[in-house]
Amino acid sequence: MQNILSVKSLTKKFDDFTAVKDISFDVETGSIFAFLGPNGAGKSTTIKMLTTVLKPTSGEISINGFNVLKEQDKARASFGIVFQDHSLDEELTAYENMVYHAVVYKVPKKERAERIQKALEIVGLWDRREDYVKKYSGGMKRRLEIARALVHYPKILFLDEPTVGLDPQTRNSIWTHIKKLNEERKMTIFLTTHYMEEAESIADQIAIIDHGKIIESGTVEEIRKRTETESLEEAFLKLTGRDLRDENNETGNKMRTIRGMGRRNRH
Amino acid sequence: MIEVIYILWLRQLKHYWRSKSRLLGSLGQPLLFMITFGFGFGPMYSRASGGANYMDFLAPGIVSMAILFTAIFSGLEVIWDRQFGFLKETLVAPISRTEIMLGKTLGGATIAMIQGLIVLSLTYLLGFRIPSLFSLGLGLIFMALIAIFFTGLGLAIASKMKDMHGFQLIMNFLIMPIFFLSGALFPLENLPPAIYFISRIDPLTYGVDGLRGAIAGMSTFGIYNDLAIIGVLATLVCAIGAVLFSKLEA
Ligand SMILES: Nc1ncnc2c1ncn2[C@@H]1O[C@H](COP(=O)(O)OP(=O)(O)O)[C@@H](O)[C@H]1O
Ligand SMILES: [Mg+2]
Repeated sequence: MQNILSVKSLTKKFDDFTAVKDISFDVETGSIFAFLGPNGAGKSTTIKMLTTVLKPTSGEISINGFNVLKEQDKARASFGIVFQDHSLDEELTAYENMVYHAVVYKVPKKERAERIQKALEIVGLWDRREDYVKKYSGGMKRRLEIARALVHYPKILFLDEPTVGLDPQTRNSIWTHIKKLNEERKMTIFLTTHYMEEAESIADQIAIIDHGKIIESGTVEEIRKRTETESLEEAFLKLTGRDLRDENNETGNKMRTIRGMGRRNRH
Repeated sequence: MIEVIYILWLRQLKHYWRSKSRLLGSLGQPLLFMITFGFGFGPMYSRASGGANYMDFLAPGIVSMAILFTAIFSGLEVIWDRQFGFLKETLVAPISRTEIMLGKTLGGATIAMIQGLIVLSLTYLLGFRIPSLFSLGLGLIFMALIAIFFTGLGLAIASKMKDMHGFQLIMNFLIMPIFFLSGALFPLENLPPAIYFISRIDPLTYGVDGLRGAIAGMSTFGIYNDLAIIGVLATLVCAIGAVLFSKLEA
């Protein structure tokens, strides 16, 4: 099997704090890969580097055969991304957000309307397409972001905590869609989450990251066996410890572990 | 390429059009200046200049003011986009950073032009008249260049800023002096050397002077010198903006 994503010795430093430390992994084409870790582990920082939002301090990334640092636009055209925090224009309608996306991703003009309709139907928002996004609920915004990421037919879809803060019905429907995309379109899925049951039920491969390092990876089965635990949740707790982590905050306050790892409290 | 720039442009125009309060609010300030200064300083100006009409002097200044503040506002929009997360959507798209800069500059400049045109029509009500169609055409060119320069400047500054607070500082310590020392409100004559110097390195000075030369027939430096200066500056600031945008991280 081929690898659609390959990461070698990826490192990201913010000033003197290393958020991601020398991680390497491969993701097989057509698989569902889950990136697990407690708040502040470095999941979002990794996804941002993979998707050209942040520049790595060092390391190599290749997506769909393109060097993410050197062939940025080709790599960009190959993936779709749903960020952890919102990235919709709330002053536009859902449909206008979709058109904007289709144009900046250079979807051929004659295919646009059809692809947008299809994507909105998949997430059940076609009837609400003319609404302003600011009138949408949290779950609807999430679904719209997923639909938007599908319009340019990405080879690999990155999802950074796609279901955080959503009710069980919405979470369930989102996972159903994602699974379907993976099966029907053979789209590779790279997701992060800290809901263990979700990862356990959907992922082919799992990597657990903590304090910027990958501390375990493999299938659920392999991880359970190696850690001698009954479930992924137990394995996760065994590996990452039971102490509490601060709420992760993407743009504002940055986290600090309660045990006082000597990390700086960033503003 | 053209379509990408168009969709970025269109988005900004939609924002502008849908936010009626912003549309009206940003007209209030120039209107206030036009009326208070026009009536307040009018008689004094007439006496000092031996009978000239202050409105002829002031109108191009107020039009420039409307353009300046609307144009700089585009920078603020980028910071909002960053805070509300939409900037990421544009930055991860497979499009060149130059396209992004061009689309945003044209969008912001178009809006600034519209505001400038509205204010220009309002000056008509206060008795300001443009002598000929040619003057109007030339005036529009100056308005467009002022709009492009300051939109580019706002975007370039915004690309270096993480939040609104910094932008407030820029407003007070850069944009306000640029406005007050540009000769928009009063003639730049008999000034103390320091102020004189600043007014001469103020880009808006040449924009205002050119616009005034074009539509009111009064110019200190000569219209074509003004045109060359503001034209070169507009090109330069857009080029710098494109470079800064290429380093942008969301
Ligand atoms: N822009 C930044 N500047 C400084 N530190 C950051 C920045 N972004 C993230 N961090 C820090 O990097 C660590 C990893 O954050 P993140 O990748 O968001 O974690 P996760 O997504 O796994 O919850 C955290 O300690 C966070 O405070
Ligand atoms: Mg995160």
